[in-house]
Amino acid sequence: MCGIVGLFAKSTEVEERLGEHLAAMLAQMSDRGPDSAGVAVYRDPAPSGASKLTLFSSDPLQDWDALAADLRNAFGGAPEAGVRASHAVFVVDAEASEAEAWIRTAHPELRVMSAGQTIEIYKETGRPEEFIRQFSLGDFHGTHALGHTRMATESRVTTAGSHPFSTGLDVCLVHNGSLSNHNRLREELRRQGIEFQTENDTEVAAGYLAWRLREGASLEQALEGCLDDLDGFYTFLVGTADGFAVLRDPIACKPAVLAETDEWVAMASEWRAIAVLPGAAAARAWEPAPGVVYAWERQKV
Amino acid sequence: MATMDSHNPWSLRESYLYDRTVIAEIQRAAREGIYDIRGFGAKRRVPHFDDLLFLGASISRYPLEGYRERCDTDVTLGTRFAKKPLELKIPVTIAGMSFGALSAPAKEALGRGASEVGTSTTTGDGGMTPEEREHSKILVYQVLPSRYGMNPDDLRRADAIEIVVGQGAKPGGGGMLLGHKISDRVAEMRSLPRGIDQRSASRHPDWTGPDDLEIKIGELREITDWEKPVFVKIGATRTYYDVQLAVKAGADAIVLDGMQGGTAATQDVFIEHVGIPTLPAVRIASDALQELGMHRQVQLIVSGGIRTGADVAKALALGADAVSIGTAALIAMGDNSPELEEEYAKIGSAAGFYDDWQAGRDPAGISTQDDELAARFDPLLGGRRIANYLRVLTLEAQTLARACGKSHVHNLEPEDLVALTVEAAAMARVPLAGTSWIPGVDNQA
Amino acid sequence: MTEAAETTAAEVVDLASTPLRELNQRLHDLANGADGPRRWRILNPNGAHAVACGIDAEVEVEIEGHVGYYCAGMNKLATVRVHGNAGPGLAENITSGTVVVDGNASQSAGATGRGGLLVVHGDAAARCGISMKGVDIVVRGSVGHLSGFMAQTGRLVVCGDAGESLGDSIYEARVYVRGEASELGADCVEKELRDEHRAELAELLLQAGIDDLDPSDFRRYGSARRLYNFHVDNAGAY
Repeated sequence: MCGIVGLFAKSTEVEERLGEHLAAMLAQMSDRGPDSAGVAVYRDPAPSGASKLTLFSSDPLQDWDALAADLRNAFGGAPEAGVRASHAVFVVDAEASEAEAWIRTAHPELRVMSAGQTIEIYKETGRPEEFIRQFSLGDFHGTHALGHTRMATESRVTTAGSHPFSTGLDVCLVHNGSLSNHNRLREELRRQGIEFQTENDTEVAAGYLAWRLREGASLEQALEGCLDDLDGFYTFLVGTADGFAVLRDPIACKPAVLAETDEWVAMASEWRAIAVLPGAAAARAWEPAPGVVYAWERQKV
Repeated sequence: MATMDSHNPWSLRESYLYDRTVIAEIQRAAREGIYDIRGFGAKRRVPHFDDLLFLGASISRYPLEGYRERCDTDVTLGTRFAKKPLELKIPVTIAGMSFGALSAPAKEALGRGASEVGTSTTTGDGGMTPEEREHSKILVYQVLPSRYGMNPDDLRRADAIEIVVGQGAKPGGGGMLLGHKISDRVAEMRSLPRGIDQRSASRHPDWTGPDDLEIKIGELREITDWEKPVFVKIGATRTYYDVQLAVKAGADAIVLDGMQGGTAATQDVFIEHVGIPTLPAVRIASDALQELGMHRQVQLIVSGGIRTGADVAKALALGADAVSIGTAALIAMGDNSPELEEEYAKIGSAAGFYDDWQAGRDPAGISTQDDELAARFDPLLGGRRIANYLRVLTLEAQTLARACGKSHVHNLEPEDLVALTVEAAAMARVPLAGTSWIPGVDNQA
Repeated sequence: MTEAAETTAAEVVDLASTPLRELNQRLHDLANGADGPRRWRILNPNGAHAVACGIDAEVEVEIEGHVGYYCAGMNKLATVRVHGNAGPGLAENITSGTVVVDGNASQSAGATGRGGLLVVHGDAAARCGISMKGVDIVVRGSVGHLSGFMAQTGRLVVCGDAGESLGDSIYEARVYVRGEASELGADCVEKELRDEHRAELAELLLQAGIDDLDPSDFRRYGSARRLYNFHVDNAGAY
């Protein structure tokens, strides 16, 4: 089981200190999730025609500069590695799906953590405090971010098994709870062409969302589909290029708190993760109702 | 055409699938329209400790002399966080059984017997009675989904707290007590109307999941000023994950009840078809604790079919710190005794077969709330029986441990065991006797 | 209590600098008539769990801010006021005394409570009063789904709306709702609101400090008692 946090900036001040706030929120969720931690940060959009990939290497001596050169040869431009611990972010002069496909073929030893225009996903085993330090989470700026601390229930504690799970371009999912029909659903989704890398139930939910979105559903429809097609207990926080959405299953045993001020919207498993934010004491706080999709989106200029 | 000759064995072949017991049950279900509810544990045979044997001392290993050379049996439960862990003289405790399921004198007897030999008893799904607290020197207080009778005074009077997530007879199910056992006293303790069939919650009312369990354990510790050990009891299912999660949630000790564990009342299908046997459960749990570096630091108490000192010794060898008895304790006190043969016949049963603990008509006066029947049960005699039985379990375990050269029963280890069957070898992860083969484990050279 | 004691300033404990264990221990040490401050003010709870749980003394505790899970859990005799919101399991298993929350309470508020009074001025979430065993709960706002689930005895008063499956599998507890009860749970039915119920409601509202609502505007709900003993014809309700 787990702790979830999410922060959506409504002011430039909060955007600039997004990582700092997220780190404080995440640290509060360490007890709920001591096994691993992960974040998805949305920031620095890649220019049109280009895309952003976050890659993970299990090799501590990974030569990211060599990979940058490879990418330059393949796609042109001047991609540079933005390295944090075991991960590196690249802006590639190609559409995301093309870039991702190239990585899978040319560098199967690397894992693509996320792909899209703005998303960057970092996740690693170990205690959340370690994660925050290793990835210099306090440095980040961004428009919105999701975070997760994991207490593994029925699958191993691995990097790949950590959340967030990316389910499509700029889309990701974090989950608190435990599904009960994910094994059969995984097989059905595999038949639909969705690939899985772990035994993790959350990965199945992420795959389900990816499939629905691929088949033309809106995010809201895809989430509402969860209510029919997923069995079990869940609080979901989904990130998209424009914002995030929260959904609790109809039985709603797993916790969720929402809060909003003029500066931010925040979501967390427990209030104490929101209490660390500036202005929290005066925030409007409420609990999302079961089976209802709550979504926030940036206005598109 | 064969004649309908009743002496022709060919025409009297019984079906394996639809034997007489199955036929009787199908027809009962068709008549009554309700599932069969009974007490006791799983009756069908599953791999158990009987399928394991000890490798006693020989030329390479030396035994200890009986009596003169010590084989200690003490165990401490709750060393991880509690200010006052439980110090037990023997590694056998009395499992949680409710007042309500059992009569008051039966609970008293358990307390007397356990106290005499220096071990603990456990309350059940009805709360703590004053008699039980008075007669039991070491009392573990269960926190169940129902919270019947739960109150902070009893919590503070207890010596340890046991959060029940589930039990072996019905992992995923809640308590059950049928109307004829909801006497005035039981009704008052449980805040229920007299005579109703008690329905039960299977989840806790104020937490779900190990992350919230952690917070709940924190609350109970805060209320009791961190003095008392907090156990987490689980029925054996996904034991590997459950044990690790209980540790992460902050448990001081884990109580693990295999599918053979007894109950006072639940559906027969639940008892027979849910949960894994105690044999694999112990090994899995012990390995899971070792993986976390928490073996012996978070203690493991195992129950579900513990009958003899051999069962005790084998459970300890596989990694348990202690075992717990439920069904065996009731039998020791007289349940299913041949002396009651006539009484059992009157209620449609027989000694050795009686499992209608849910009916409350127990002629031994143990699993009943009827005052007349309960009055037949002598708690002082019952207490002596329990003390005797616990002593025998301990002496038997010591005998086996000494034969394996151990000066403490905790020094028994899996390498002292071999298996008689492939299933038991795989489940206990010990070699098939006479071979070095452990199914499922890569052979070492 | 003497006048001198009443005018004594409250003992202030700031959880930003004092460990929660220390606060709870000091509150526990007041049990059995021991000497100590009778009034307490807790600052900066910041969502901490198990704040002021397990008190067994006639003291007053004011908590300034939001609390996490199990605030005032297993409360006896004390009056605990939360000037903020409360997380899950507020006043769980309360046996006596009063717990008041200005804001909202998360799920399982008053769970398995045996006595005393719980007042929530905002909304309570799902499972309010689950398995209650004698506590009185008054919610100024609305309650979430499965409130009064397996409620055995005690009274649950909801001034706003009640979510789905109200009183599912209810025993002898009495439930009063002023707003909408959108869907009733198994064996829960509306019952006649008679004078004795109006009087009971009036008393509860008074205790909760609510003086602007008319008991006659409430509806009463309780057990139909059809599930008290199993009958195969009711199998669909299980």
